[in-house]
Amino acid sequence: MTTRPLRGGWGQTPTQAFAADAWVIARRGLKHMRRQPEALSDATIQPIMFVLLFAFVFGGAINVPGGGSYKEFLMGGIFAQTIVFGCFGVAMALAHDRTNGAIDRFHSLPIARATFLTGHAVASLIRSLLPIVFMTATGFVVGWRIHANFLHILTGYGLMIAFSFAVIWIGVMMASLVSTPEAVQGLAFIAIFPITFIASTFVPTSTLPGVLKTFAEWNPTSSLANALRHEFGNPGGIVPHDAAWPLQHPIAYTLLWAAAIVAVCAPLSVALYQRSIRT
Amino acid sequence: MKDSTIPLAIEARGLVKRYGHKAALDGVDLDVPRGSVCALLGPNGAGKTTAVRVLTTLTEPDAGTASVAGHDIASDPVEVRRSIGLAAQEATVDGLLTGHENLTMIGELHHLGRKRARARADELLAQFTLTDARDKLAREYSGGMRRRLDLAATLVARPEVLFLDEPTTGLDPRARNDLWDVLEHLVDGGATLLLTTQYLEEADRLADDIVVVDHGKVIARGDSRSLKRQAGGDHLHVVCADRSDVEAVAGIVARFASGAPSIDDRAVTAPAEGGVGAIARLADALDDEDIVVEDLGLRQPTLDDAFLTLTGAPAEEEVAA
Repeated sequence: MTTRPLRGGWGQTPTQAFAADAWVIARRGLKHMRRQPEALSDATIQPIMFVLLFAFVFGGAINVPGGGSYKEFLMGGIFAQTIVFGCFGVAMALAHDRTNGAIDRFHSLPIARATFLTGHAVASLIRSLLPIVFMTATGFVVGWRIHANFLHILTGYGLMIAFSFAVIWIGVMMASLVSTPEAVQGLAFIAIFPITFIASTFVPTSTLPGVLKTFAEWNPTSSLANALRHEFGNPGGIVPHDAAWPLQHPIAYTLLWAAAIVAVCAPLSVALYQRSIRT
Repeated sequence: MKDSTIPLAIEARGLVKRYGHKAALDGVDLDVPRGSVCALLGPNGAGKTTAVRVLTTLTEPDAGTASVAGHDIASDPVEVRRSIGLAAQEATVDGLLTGHENLTMIGELHHLGRKRARARADELLAQFTLTDARDKLAREYSGGMRRRLDLAATLVARPEVLFLDEPTTGLDPRARNDLWDVLEHLVDGGATLLLTTQYLEEADRLADDIVVVDHGKVIARGDSRSLKRQAGGDHLHVVCADRSDVEAVAGIVARFASGAPSIDDRAVTAPAEGGVGAIARLADALDDEDIVVEDLGLRQPTLDDAFLTLTGAPAEEEVAA
Protein backbone atom coordinates (compact mmCIF):
# COMPACT_ATOMS: atom_id res chain seq x y z
CA MET A 1 0.00 0.00 0.00
CA THR A 2 3.00 2.27 0.36
CA THR A 3 3.60 2.08 -3.37
CA ARG A 4 1.93 4.44 -5.76
CA PRO A 5 -1.57 3.60 -6.90
CA LEU A 6 -1.79 1.50 -10.02
CA ARG A 7 -3.01 3.50 -12.94
CA GLY A 8 -3.58 2.49 -16.48
CA GLY A 9 -5.41 3.39 -19.60
CA TRP A 10 -3.09 6.19 -20.64
CA GLY A 11 -3.40 6.96 -24.32
CA GLN A 12 -6.86 5.44 -24.53
CA THR A 13 -9.61 7.71 -25.75
CA PRO A 14 -12.78 7.74 -23.61
CA THR A 15 -14.62 5.90 -26.39
CA GLN A 16 -11.98 3.18 -26.56
CA ALA A 17 -12.01 2.84 -22.79
CA PHE A 18 -15.80 2.63 -22.79
CA ALA A 19 -15.84 -0.08 -25.47
CA ALA A 20 -13.14 -2.07 -23.69
CA ASP A 21 -14.92 -1.81 -20.33
CA ALA A 22 -18.27 -2.78 -21.81
CA TRP A 23 -16.66 -5.81 -23.39
CA VAL A 24 -15.21 -6.83 -19.99
CA ILE A 25 -18.74 -6.72 -18.55
CA ALA A 26 -20.15 -8.54 -21.57
CA ARG A 27 -17.55 -11.32 -21.20
CA ARG A 28 -18.59 -11.67 -17.58
CA GLY A 29 -22.22 -12.01 -18.68
CA LEU A 30 -21.30 -14.69 -21.21
CA LYS A 31 -19.36 -16.62 -18.58
CA HIS A 32 -22.40 -16.45 -16.32
CA MET A 33 -24.54 -17.97 -19.06
CA ARG A 34 -22.04 -20.75 -19.72
CA ARG A 35 -21.77 -21.64 -16.06
CA GLN A 36 -25.48 -21.49 -15.36
CA PRO A 37 -27.04 -23.44 -18.22
CA GLU A 38 -30.29 -23.82 -16.29
CA ALA A 39 -30.82 -20.05 -16.57
CA LEU A 40 -30.51 -20.40 -20.33
CA SER A 41 -33.47 -22.75 -20.68
CA ASP A 42 -35.73 -19.98 -21.97
CA ALA A 43 -33.30 -19.48 -24.83
CA THR A 44 -32.59 -23.14 -25.56
CA ILE A 45 -35.00 -25.82 -24.37
CA GLN A 46 -38.12 -23.66 -24.32
CA PRO A 47 -38.11 -22.67 -28.01
CA ILE A 48 -37.31 -26.24 -29.04
CA MET A 49 -40.22 -27.43 -26.89
CA PHE A 50 -42.54 -24.87 -28.44
CA VAL A 51 -41.60 -25.96 -31.95
CA LEU A 52 -42.20 -29.64 -31.16
CA LEU A 53 -45.38 -28.97 -29.16
CA PHE A 54 -47.10 -26.79 -31.72
CA ALA A 55 -45.88 -28.73 -34.72
CA PHE A 56 -47.11 -32.08 -33.45
CA VAL A 57 -49.85 -31.38 -30.90
CA PHE A 58 -51.71 -28.43 -32.44
CA GLY A 59 -50.37 -28.73 -35.95
CA GLY A 60 -53.11 -31.02 -37.22
CA ALA A 61 -55.94 -28.90 -35.83
CA ILE A 62 -55.02 -25.55 -37.35
CA ASN A 63 -55.66 -24.70 -40.98
CA VAL A 64 -53.43 -22.21 -42.73
CA PRO A 65 -55.48 -19.88 -44.94
CA GLY A 66 -54.44 -20.25 -48.54
CA GLY A 67 -53.16 -23.73 -47.75
CA GLY A 68 -49.65 -24.86 -47.01
CA SER A 69 -47.82 -26.65 -44.21
CA TYR A 70 -48.62 -25.55 -40.64
CA LYS A 71 -45.08 -26.44 -39.61
CA GLU A 72 -43.80 -23.91 -42.11
CA PHE A 73 -46.37 -21.34 -40.97
CA LEU A 74 -45.43 -21.99 -37.34
CA MET A 75 -41.71 -21.24 -37.56
CA GLY A 76 -42.04 -17.52 -38.26
CA GLY A 77 -44.32 -17.26 -35.24
CA ILE A 78 -42.04 -19.15 -32.88
CA PHE A 79 -39.03 -17.15 -33.99
CA ALA A 80 -40.97 -13.96 -33.25
CA GLN A 81 -42.26 -15.16 -29.88
CA THR A 82 -38.85 -16.30 -28.68
CA ILE A 83 -37.27 -13.04 -29.75
CA VAL A 84 -39.86 -11.04 -27.81
CA PHE A 85 -39.26 -13.32 -24.80
CA GLY A 86 -35.60 -12.34 -25.13
CA CYS A 87 -36.28 -9.30 -22.96
CA PHE A 88 -36.45 -11.69 -19.97
CA GLY A 89 -32.80 -12.64 -20.07
CA VAL A 90 -31.31 -9.19 -19.62
CA ALA A 91 -33.98 -8.21 -17.08
CA MET A 92 -33.20 -11.27 -14.97
CA ALA A 93 -29.44 -10.77 -15.22
CA LEU A 94 -29.77 -7.12 -14.12
CA ALA A 95 -32.18 -7.96 -11.30
CA HIS A 96 -29.77 -10.61 -9.99
CA ASP A 97 -26.85 -8.19 -10.07
CA ARG A 98 -28.94 -5.70 -8.19
CA THR A 99 -30.11 -8.05 -5.44
CA ASN A 100 -26.64 -9.46 -4.77
CA GLY A 101 -24.92 -6.07 -4.63
CA ALA A 102 -22.68 -6.60 -7.67
CA ILE A 103 -23.88 -3.30 -9.08
CA ASP A 104 -22.32 -1.35 -6.22
CA ARG A 105 -18.96 -2.89 -6.90
CA PHE A 106 -19.07 -1.93 -10.57
CA HIS A 107 -20.31 1.55 -9.86
CA SER A 108 -17.50 2.18 -7.40
CA LEU A 109 -15.03 1.56 -10.23
CA PRO A 110 -13.71 4.34 -12.48
CA ILE A 111 -15.86 3.39 -15.45
CA ALA A 112 -18.51 5.42 -17.26
CA ARG A 113 -22.00 5.04 -15.83
CA ALA A 114 -23.46 3.52 -18.99
CA THR A 115 -20.77 0.82 -19.19
CA PHE A 116 -22.55 -1.68 -17.02
CA LEU A 117 -25.80 -1.56 -18.97
CA THR A 118 -24.04 -1.61 -22.31
CA GLY A 119 -22.03 -4.68 -21.33
CA HIS A 120 -25.21 -6.44 -20.28
CA ALA A 121 -26.90 -5.45 -23.54
CA VAL A 122 -24.02 -6.80 -25.62
CA ALA A 123 -24.03 -10.10 -23.73
CA SER A 124 -27.79 -10.35 -24.18
CA LEU A 125 -27.55 -9.70 -27.89
CA ILE A 126 -25.03 -12.53 -28.23
CA ARG A 127 -27.27 -14.68 -26.05
CA SER A 128 -30.22 -14.00 -28.31
CA LEU A 129 -28.39 -15.68 -31.19
CA LEU A 130 -28.64 -18.99 -29.33
CA PRO A 131 -32.38 -19.60 -29.65
CA ILE A 132 -32.31 -18.50 -33.28
CA VAL A 133 -29.73 -21.19 -34.00
CA PHE A 134 -31.53 -23.83 -31.90
CA MET A 135 -34.89 -23.14 -33.50
CA THR A 136 -33.50 -23.13 -37.00
CA ALA A 137 -32.06 -26.60 -36.37
CA THR A 138 -35.24 -27.93 -34.70
CA GLY A 139 -37.34 -26.45 -37.49
CA PHE A 140 -35.35 -28.28 -40.11
CA VAL A 141 -35.71 -31.52 -38.17
CA VAL A 142 -39.53 -31.25 -38.01
CA GLY A 143 -39.82 -30.40 -41.69
CA TRP A 144 -39.56 -26.61 -41.98
CA ARG A 145 -38.00 -25.48 -45.25
CA ILE A 146 -36.97 -22.06 -46.58
CA HIS A 147 -38.16 -21.30 -50.10
CA ALA A 148 -36.29 -18.10 -50.79
CA ASN A 149 -33.01 -16.80 -52.15
CA PHE A 150 -29.98 -15.86 -50.08
CA LEU A 151 -30.81 -12.16 -49.90
CA HIS A 152 -34.26 -12.86 -48.42
CA ILE A 153 -32.82 -15.32 -45.91
CA LEU A 154 -30.28 -12.69 -44.88
CA THR A 155 -33.05 -10.11 -44.51
CA GLY A 156 -35.05 -12.53 -42.34
CA TYR A 157 -32.19 -13.26 -39.95
CA GLY A 158 -31.18 -9.60 -39.97
CA LEU A 159 -34.68 -8.66 -38.87
CA MET A 160 -34.51 -11.15 -36.02
CA ILE A 161 -31.25 -9.71 -34.75
CA ALA A 162 -32.50 -6.14 -35.08
CA PHE A 163 -35.64 -6.91 -33.11
CA SER A 164 -33.63 -8.86 -30.51
CA PHE A 165 -31.57 -5.72 -29.95
CA ALA A 166 -34.72 -3.64 -29.56
CA VAL A 167 -36.37 -5.88 -26.94
CA ILE A 168 -33.22 -5.83 -24.80
CA TRP A 169 -34.13 -2.24 -23.91
CA ILE A 170 -37.59 -3.35 -22.85
CA GLY A 171 -35.80 -5.80 -20.55
CA VAL A 172 -33.61 -3.07 -19.10
CA MET A 173 -36.71 -0.99 -18.49
CA MET A 174 -38.44 -3.87 -16.71
CA ALA A 175 -35.40 -4.34 -14.48
CA SER A 176 -35.51 -0.63 -13.57
CA LEU A 177 -39.18 -0.70 -12.71
CA VAL A 178 -39.03 -3.67 -10.35
CA SER A 179 -36.11 -4.76 -8.25
CA THR A 180 -36.15 -8.52 -7.72
CA PRO A 181 -35.82 -11.42 -10.15
CA GLU A 182 -39.20 -12.75 -8.95
CA ALA A 183 -40.91 -9.45 -9.71
CA VAL A 184 -39.31 -9.41 -13.16
CA GLN A 185 -40.80 -12.82 -13.81
CA GLY A 186 -44.22 -11.69 -12.67
CA LEU A 187 -44.12 -8.56 -14.79
CA ALA A 188 -42.94 -10.45 -17.84
CA PHE A 189 -45.68 -13.02 -17.45
CA ILE A 190 -48.39 -10.39 -17.26
CA ALA A 191 -47.01 -8.09 -19.93
CA ILE A 192 -45.19 -10.28 -22.40
CA PHE A 193 -47.34 -13.40 -22.62
CA PRO A 194 -50.44 -11.68 -24.05
CA ILE A 195 -48.29 -9.76 -26.51
CA THR A 196 -46.82 -12.94 -27.93
CA PHE A 197 -50.10 -14.88 -27.97
CA ILE A 198 -52.57 -12.27 -29.24
CA ALA A 199 -50.72 -12.24 -32.52
CA SER A 200 -50.27 -14.28 -35.63
CA THR A 201 -47.73 -16.39 -33.73
CA PHE A 202 -49.59 -19.70 -33.79
CA VAL A 203 -52.81 -18.93 -35.65
CA PRO A 204 -53.64 -16.65 -38.58
CA THR A 205 -55.03 -13.34 -37.28
CA SER A 206 -58.12 -13.76 -39.50
CA THR A 207 -59.42 -16.38 -37.05
CA LEU A 208 -59.49 -13.95 -34.09
CA PRO A 209 -62.63 -12.11 -32.94
CA GLY A 210 -63.12 -8.29 -33.20
CA VAL A 211 -60.86 -6.34 -30.88
CA LEU A 212 -58.34 -9.12 -30.52
CA LYS A 213 -58.03 -9.26 -34.30
CA THR A 214 -57.23 -5.55 -34.51
CA PHE A 215 -54.75 -5.85 -31.63
CA ALA A 216 -53.09 -8.82 -33.32
CA GLU A 217 -52.89 -7.06 -36.67
CA TRP A 218 -51.06 -4.08 -35.17
CA ASN A 219 -48.97 -6.17 -32.78
CA PRO A 220 -45.28 -6.11 -33.78
CA THR A 221 -45.01 -9.80 -32.85
CA SER A 222 -47.40 -10.47 -35.75
CA SER A 223 -45.54 -8.26 -38.15
CA LEU A 224 -42.21 -9.85 -37.23
CA ALA A 225 -43.72 -13.32 -37.69
CA ASN A 226 -45.31 -12.32 -40.99
CA ALA A 227 -42.15 -10.65 -42.23
CA LEU A 228 -40.17 -13.83 -41.52
CA ARG A 229 -42.82 -15.96 -43.29
CA HIS A 230 -42.62 -13.60 -46.20
CA GLU A 231 -38.82 -13.62 -46.39
CA PHE A 232 -38.56 -17.41 -45.98
CA GLY A 233 -41.31 -18.06 -48.55
CA ASN A 234 -43.47 -19.81 -45.95
CA PRO A 235 -47.29 -19.89 -45.87
CA GLY A 236 -48.92 -16.84 -44.24
CA GLY A 237 -46.34 -14.53 -45.76
CA ILE A 238 -48.63 -13.25 -48.49
CA VAL A 239 -51.75 -11.35 -47.38
CA PRO A 240 -54.81 -10.11 -49.27
CA HIS A 241 -54.71 -6.53 -50.58
CA ASP A 242 -57.46 -5.34 -48.23
CA ALA A 243 -55.54 -6.46 -45.10
CA ALA A 244 -54.43 -3.96 -42.43
CA TRP A 245 -51.39 -1.82 -43.28
CA PRO A 246 -48.97 -3.63 -40.92
CA LEU A 247 -49.86 -6.94 -42.54
CA GLN A 248 -49.21 -5.48 -45.98
CA HIS A 249 -45.82 -4.06 -45.01
CA PRO A 250 -44.51 -6.39 -42.32
CA ILE A 251 -40.82 -5.60 -42.76
CA ALA A 252 -41.25 -1.82 -42.72
CA TYR A 253 -43.67 -2.06 -39.80
CA THR A 254 -41.34 -4.34 -37.82
CA LEU A 255 -38.34 -2.10 -38.40
CA LEU A 256 -40.42 0.91 -37.44
CA TRP A 257 -41.27 -0.77 -34.16
CA ALA A 258 -37.68 -1.78 -33.53
CA ALA A 259 -36.51 1.78 -34.16
CA ALA A 260 -39.27 3.21 -31.99
CA ILE A 261 -38.53 0.83 -29.12
CA VAL A 262 -34.84 1.71 -29.19
CA ALA A 263 -35.51 5.44 -29.58
CA VAL A 264 -37.95 5.54 -26.67
CA CYS A 265 -36.88 2.72 -24.37
CA ALA A 266 -33.10 3.02 -24.54
CA PRO A 267 -32.80 6.58 -23.18
CA LEU A 268 -35.78 6.09 -20.90
CA SER A 269 -34.54 2.81 -19.47
CA VAL A 270 -31.05 4.20 -18.94
CA ALA A 271 -32.52 7.18 -17.09
CA LEU A 272 -34.88 4.99 -15.05
CA TYR A 273 -32.08 2.60 -14.30
CA GLN A 274 -29.71 5.33 -13.13
CA ARG A 275 -32.42 6.71 -10.91
CA SER A 276 -33.34 3.32 -9.50
CA ILE A 277 -29.78 2.56 -8.39
CA ARG A 278 -28.77 5.98 -7.13
CA THR A 279 -30.85 5.86 -4.01
CA MET B 1 -5.31 14.35 15.00
CA LYS B 2 -6.35 17.98 14.85
CA ASP B 3 -2.94 18.83 13.43
CA SER B 4 -3.74 20.81 10.32
CA THR B 5 -0.48 19.85 8.60
CA ILE B 6 -1.64 16.26 8.15
CA PRO B 7 -3.55 16.06 4.87
CA LEU B 8 -7.03 14.62 5.11
CA ALA B 9 -7.96 11.54 3.10
CA ILE B 10 -11.64 12.06 3.79
CA GLU B 11 -13.24 15.36 4.62
CA ALA B 12 -17.00 15.70 4.90
CA ARG B 13 -19.08 18.70 5.94
CA GLY B 14 -22.74 18.61 6.82
CA LEU B 15 -23.71 15.53 4.78
CA VAL B 16 -27.44 15.02 4.58
CA LYS B 17 -29.22 12.20 2.81
CA ARG B 18 -32.96 11.71 3.10
CA TYR B 19 -35.11 8.78 2.12
CA GLY B 20 -38.63 10.12 2.11
CA HIS B 21 -39.10 11.83 5.46
CA LYS B 22 -36.39 9.86 7.19
CA ALA B 23 -32.91 11.36 7.26
CA ALA B 24 -30.38 8.54 6.92
CA LEU B 25 -27.65 11.16 7.31
CA ASP B 26 -28.50 14.25 9.26
CA GLY B 27 -25.54 16.61 9.01
CA VAL B 28 -22.44 14.42 9.32
CA ASP B 29 -18.92 15.87 9.50
CA LEU B 30 -15.89 13.64 9.10
CA ASP B 31 -12.14 14.23 9.13
CA VAL B 32 -9.98 11.22 8.41
CA PRO B 33 -6.25 11.97 8.18
CA ARG B 34 -4.18 10.12 5.58
CA GLY B 35 -2.87 6.80 6.81
CA SER B 36 -5.30 6.51 9.70
CA VAL B 37 -8.13 4.14 10.46
CA CYS B 38 -11.53 5.51 11.25
CA ALA B 39 -14.41 3.35 12.44
CA LEU B 40 -18.00 4.40 12.02
CA LEU B 41 -19.65 2.67 14.92
CA GLY B 42 -23.37 2.40 15.35
CA PRO B 43 -26.39 0.12 15.46
CA ASN B 44 -28.28 -1.11 12.41
CA GLY B 45 -29.93 1.75 10.56
CA ALA B 46 -27.69 4.41 12.10
CA GLY B 47 -26.63 5.68 8.68
CA LYS B 48 -23.23 4.00 8.41
CA THR B 49 -23.85 2.39 5.04
CA THR B 50 -25.43 5.55 3.66
CA ALA B 51 -22.31 7.49 4.66
CA VAL B 52 -20.14 4.99 2.80
CA ARG B 53 -22.41 5.11 -0.26
CA VAL B 54 -22.21 8.90 -0.37
CA LEU B 55 -18.44 9.00 0.08
CA THR B 56 -17.90 6.36 -2.61
CA THR B 57 -20.12 8.30 -5.06
CA LEU B 58 -22.72 5.52 -5.24
CA THR B 59 -25.35 8.00 -4.20
CA GLU B 60 -25.55 11.78 -4.10
CA PRO B 61 -26.07 13.65 -0.84
CA ASP B 62 -29.06 15.99 -0.52
CA ALA B 63 -26.84 18.54 1.19
CA GLY B 64 -23.26 18.95 2.30
CA THR B 65 -19.88 18.49 0.67
CA ALA B 66 -17.14 15.92 0.83
CA SER B 67 -13.80 15.16 -0.71
CA VAL B 68 -12.01 11.83 -0.83
CA ALA B 69 -8.29 11.60 -1.60
CA GLY B 70 -8.44 15.29 -2.49
CA HIS B 71 -11.22 14.91 -5.08
CA ASP B 72 -14.67 16.37 -4.67
CA ILE B 73 -17.36 13.68 -4.71
CA ALA B 74 -19.81 15.90 -6.60
CA SER B 75 -17.60 17.49 -9.25
CA ASP B 76 -14.99 14.75 -9.70
CA PRO B 77 -16.62 11.38 -9.00
CA VAL B 78 -14.53 9.42 -11.51
CA GLU B 79 -11.27 10.59 -9.88
CA VAL B 80 -12.73 9.61 -6.52
CA ARG B 81 -13.55 6.16 -7.85
CA ARG B 82 -10.03 5.85 -9.24
CA SER B 83 -8.62 6.47 -5.77
CA ILE B 84 -10.81 4.21 -3.66
CA GLY B 85 -11.59 0.59 -3.01
CA LEU B 86 -14.99 -0.44 -1.68
CA ALA B 87 -16.01 -3.65 0.00
CA ALA B 88 -19.76 -3.48 0.40
CA GLN B 89 -21.65 -5.06 3.26
CA GLU B 90 -22.37 -8.32 1.50
CA ALA B 91 -19.20 -9.70 0.00
CA THR B 92 -19.98 -8.84 -3.61
CA VAL B 93 -17.56 -11.21 -5.25
CA ASP B 94 -18.97 -12.81 -8.36
CA GLY B 95 -19.92 -16.37 -7.47
CA LEU B 96 -19.92 -17.54 -11.07
CA LEU B 97 -16.38 -16.37 -11.70
CA THR B 98 -13.24 -17.94 -10.25
CA GLY B 99 -11.18 -16.03 -7.71
CA HIS B 100 -8.63 -15.20 -10.37
CA GLU B 101 -11.28 -14.08 -12.87
CA ASN B 102 -12.90 -11.87 -10.24
CA LEU B 103 -9.68 -9.99 -9.56
CA THR B 104 -8.63 -9.84 -13.20
CA MET B 105 -11.96 -8.33 -14.16
CA ILE B 106 -11.60 -5.57 -11.55
CA GLY B 107 -8.06 -4.90 -12.76
CA GLU B 108 -9.23 -4.62 -16.36
CA LEU B 109 -11.94 -2.19 -15.33
CA HIS B 110 -9.22 -0.15 -13.64
CA HIS B 111 -7.59 -0.14 -17.09
CA LEU B 112 -4.49 -2.02 -16.05
CA GLY B 113 -4.59 -4.03 -19.27
CA ARG B 114 -5.24 -7.78 -19.42
CA LYS B 115 -1.67 -8.85 -18.75
CA ARG B 116 -1.03 -6.56 -15.81
CA ALA B 117 -4.49 -7.30 -14.39
CA ARG B 118 -3.79 -11.04 -14.44
CA ALA B 119 -0.41 -10.61 -12.77
CA ARG B 120 -1.89 -8.36 -10.10
CA ALA B 121 -4.65 -10.93 -9.49
CA ASP B 122 -2.08 -13.67 -8.81
CA GLU B 123 -0.15 -11.35 -6.52
CA LEU B 124 -3.26 -10.62 -4.45
CA LEU B 125 -4.39 -14.25 -4.34
CA ALA B 126 -1.01 -15.10 -2.85
CA GLN B 127 -1.20 -12.23 -0.38
CA PHE B 128 -4.61 -13.42 0.85
CA THR B 129 -3.64 -17.12 0.85
CA LEU B 130 -6.15 -17.93 -1.87
CA THR B 131 -3.71 -19.28 -4.44
CA ASP B 132 -4.99 -22.83 -3.94
CA ALA B 133 -8.51 -21.67 -4.74
CA ARG B 134 -7.39 -19.58 -7.71
CA ASP B 135 -9.43 -21.43 -10.31
CA LYS B 136 -12.39 -22.41 -8.16
CA LEU B 137 -15.69 -20.60 -8.65
CA ALA B 138 -16.15 -18.07 -5.85
CA ARG B 139 -19.53 -19.55 -4.95
CA GLU B 140 -17.63 -22.59 -3.67
CA TYR B 141 -15.59 -20.42 -1.30
CA SER B 142 -16.24 -20.37 2.45
CA GLY B 143 -17.54 -17.17 4.06
CA GLY B 144 -14.07 -16.19 5.23
CA MET B 145 -12.54 -16.87 1.82
CA ARG B 146 -15.21 -14.76 0.12
CA ARG B 147 -14.43 -11.86 2.44
CA ARG B 148 -10.73 -12.18 1.74
CA LEU B 149 -11.38 -12.25 -2.00
CA ASP B 150 -13.69 -9.26 -1.62
CA LEU B 151 -10.98 -7.40 0.27
CA ALA B 152 -8.41 -8.40 -2.36
CA ALA B 153 -10.75 -7.00 -5.02
CA THR B 154 -10.80 -3.62 -3.31
CA LEU B 155 -6.99 -3.55 -3.35
CA VAL B 156 -6.44 -4.32 -7.03
CA ALA B 157 -5.53 -0.76 -8.02
CA ARG B 158 -3.71 -0.04 -4.73
CA PRO B 159 -6.26 2.58 -3.70
CA GLU B 160 -5.38 5.50 -1.44
CA VAL B 161 -8.57 5.15 0.57
CA LEU B 162 -10.37 1.94 1.47
CA PHE B 163 -14.00 1.71 2.48
CA LEU B 164 -15.07 -1.46 4.23
CA ASP B 165 -18.72 -1.72 5.14
CA GLU B 166 -19.09 -4.14 8.05
CA PRO B 167 -16.16 -6.26 6.90
CA THR B 168 -16.65 -9.06 9.43
CA THR B 169 -20.43 -9.21 9.82
CA GLY B 170 -21.61 -12.78 9.51
CA LEU B 171 -18.20 -14.36 10.00
CA ASP B 172 -17.48 -16.90 12.70
CA PRO B 173 -15.06 -15.74 15.43
CA ARG B 174 -12.10 -17.50 13.92
CA ALA B 175 -12.60 -16.10 10.43
CA ARG B 176 -13.16 -12.69 12.00
CA ASN B 177 -9.88 -12.88 13.84
CA ASP B 178 -8.08 -13.90 10.65
CA LEU B 179 -9.59 -10.95 8.82
CA TRP B 180 -8.62 -8.57 11.62
CA ASP B 181 -5.03 -9.73 11.24
CA VAL B 182 -5.21 -9.01 7.52
CA LEU B 183 -6.70 -5.57 8.14
CA GLU B 184 -4.08 -4.68 10.74
CA HIS B 185 -1.44 -5.61 8.23
CA LEU B 186 -2.99 -3.32 5.63
CA VAL B 187 -3.07 -0.49 8.08
CA ASP B 188 0.59 -0.98 8.90
CA GLY B 189 1.23 -0.54 5.19
CA GLY B 190 -0.09 3.02 5.40
CA ALA B 191 -3.54 2.79 3.83
CA THR B 192 -6.32 5.09 4.91
CA LEU B 193 -9.22 3.00 6.05
CA LEU B 194 -12.81 3.86 6.80
CA LEU B 195 -14.71 0.91 8.18
CA THR B 196 -18.17 0.60 9.56
CA THR B 197 -18.98 -1.82 12.31
CA GLN B 198 -21.51 -2.76 14.93
CA TYR B 199 -18.80 -4.42 16.98
CA LEU B 200 -17.11 -2.33 19.61
CA GLU B 201 -14.36 -4.87 19.85
CA GLU B 202 -13.62 -4.42 16.18
CA ALA B 203 -13.53 -0.62 16.39
CA ASP B 204 -11.40 -0.84 19.52
CA ARG B 205 -8.91 -3.17 17.92
CA LEU B 206 -8.52 -1.58 14.49
CA ALA B 207 -9.36 2.11 14.65
CA ASP B 208 -7.38 5.20 15.61
CA ASP B 209 -10.56 7.22 15.72
CA ILE B 210 -14.04 6.03 16.45
CA VAL B 211 -17.04 8.00 15.27
CA VAL B 212 -20.24 6.89 16.94
CA VAL B 213 -23.30 7.46 14.79
CA ASP B 214 -26.94 7.01 15.63
CA HIS B 215 -30.02 8.14 13.71
CA GLY B 216 -27.86 9.78 11.06
CA LYS B 217 -25.97 11.99 13.52
CA VAL B 218 -22.50 11.83 14.98
CA ILE B 219 -23.07 11.51 18.71
CA ALA B 220 -19.49 11.09 19.83
CA ARG B 221 -16.00 10.83 18.44
CA GLY B 222 -12.54 10.17 19.70
CA ASP B 223 -10.23 7.28 20.47
CA SER B 224 -11.50 4.40 22.54
CA ARG B 225 -10.09 5.84 25.78
CA SER B 226 -11.84 9.17 25.45
CA LEU B 227 -15.09 7.43 24.52
CA LYS B 228 -14.86 5.35 27.66
CA ARG B 229 -14.39 8.54 29.62
CA GLN B 230 -17.54 9.93 28.04
CA ALA B 231 -19.38 6.89 29.37
CA GLY B 232 -19.18 8.55 32.77
CA GLY B 233 -16.22 7.23 34.70
CA ASP B 234 -16.18 4.42 37.25
CA HIS B 235 -19.05 2.15 38.16
CA LEU B 236 -19.92 0.33 41.35
CA HIS B 237 -20.53 -3.29 40.59
CA VAL B 238 -22.12 -5.79 42.97
CA VAL B 239 -23.01 -9.41 42.32
CA CYS B 240 -25.40 -10.90 44.92
CA ALA B 241 -24.98 -14.45 46.14
CA ASP B 242 -28.75 -14.83 46.37
CA ARG B 243 -30.97 -13.58 43.59
CA SER B 244 -33.73 -12.52 45.99
CA ASP B 245 -31.43 -9.87 47.51
CA VAL B 246 -30.97 -8.02 44.27
CA GLU B 247 -33.69 -5.39 44.88
CA ALA B 248 -32.41 -4.65 48.38
CA VAL B 249 -28.86 -4.35 47.09
CA ALA B 250 -29.97 -1.93 44.38
CA GLY B 251 -31.51 0.21 47.09
CA ILE B 252 -28.32 0.29 49.11
CA VAL B 253 -26.13 0.91 46.06
CA ALA B 254 -28.32 3.88 45.15
CA ARG B 255 -27.28 5.63 48.39
CA PHE B 256 -23.62 5.68 47.29
CA ALA B 257 -24.07 6.08 43.54
CA SER B 258 -24.20 9.23 41.45
CA GLY B 259 -26.84 7.77 39.14
CA ALA B 260 -29.62 5.22 39.02
CA PRO B 261 -28.47 1.61 39.44
CA SER B 262 -29.23 -0.93 36.75
CA ILE B 263 -29.97 -4.60 37.45
CA ASP B 264 -28.90 -7.50 35.31
CA ASP B 265 -29.81 -10.88 36.83
CA ARG B 266 -27.81 -10.97 40.11
CA ALA B 267 -25.63 -7.98 39.24
CA VAL B 268 -26.22 -4.37 40.19
CA THR B 269 -24.26 -1.58 38.47
CA ALA B 270 -24.32 2.16 39.06
CA PRO B 271 -22.08 5.11 38.27
CA ALA B 272 -20.03 6.29 41.25
CA GLU B 273 -17.85 9.26 42.00
CA GLY B 274 -16.56 8.45 45.48
CA GLY B 275 -13.83 6.10 44.31
CA VAL B 276 -12.46 3.56 46.74
CA GLY B 277 -14.12 5.30 49.66
CA ALA B 278 -17.51 4.55 48.19
CA ILE B 279 -16.63 0.88 48.03
CA ALA B 280 -15.67 0.76 51.69
CA ARG B 281 -18.91 2.47 52.75
CA LEU B 282 -20.95 0.21 50.45
CA ALA B 283 -19.29 -2.90 51.91
CA ASP B 284 -20.14 -1.72 55.45
CA ALA B 285 -23.75 -1.01 54.50
CA LEU B 286 -24.22 -4.42 52.90
CA ASP B 287 -22.67 -6.05 55.95
CA ASP B 288 -25.12 -4.18 58.22
CA GLU B 289 -28.00 -5.68 56.28
CA ASP B 290 -26.45 -9.18 56.42
CA ILE B 291 -26.41 -9.47 52.65
CA VAL B 292 -23.87 -11.90 51.23
CA VAL B 293 -22.26 -10.78 47.99
CA GLU B 294 -20.20 -12.77 45.56
CA ASP B 295 -18.35 -9.88 44.03
CA LEU B 296 -18.01 -6.22 44.89
CA GLY B 297 -15.86 -3.70 43.10
CA LEU B 298 -15.21 -0.60 41.12
CA ARG B 299 -15.38 -1.21 37.39
CA GLN B 300 -13.78 0.79 34.60
CA PRO B 301 -16.29 1.45 31.84
CA THR B 302 -15.96 -0.61 28.67
CA LEU B 303 -16.69 0.62 25.20
CA ASP B 304 -19.98 -1.22 25.56
CA ASP B 305 -20.88 1.04 28.46
CA ALA B 306 -19.89 4.04 26.38
CA PHE B 307 -22.10 2.85 23.57
CA LEU B 308 -24.96 2.28 25.97
CA THR B 309 -24.60 5.72 27.47
CA LEU B 310 -24.26 7.44 24.12
CA THR B 311 -26.98 5.74 22.13
CA GLY B 312 -29.34 4.89 24.97
CA ALA B 313 -29.53 1.34 23.69
CA PRO B 314 -27.38 -1.72 24.20
CA ALA B 315 -24.90 -2.54 21.46
CA GLU B 316 -25.98 -5.23 19.01
CA GLU B 317 -25.21 -8.72 20.18
CA GLU B 318 -22.42 -10.30 18.23
CA VAL B 319 -23.52 -12.57 15.39
CA ALA B 320 -27.11 -11.48 16.02
CA ALA B 321 -26.89 -9.42 12.83
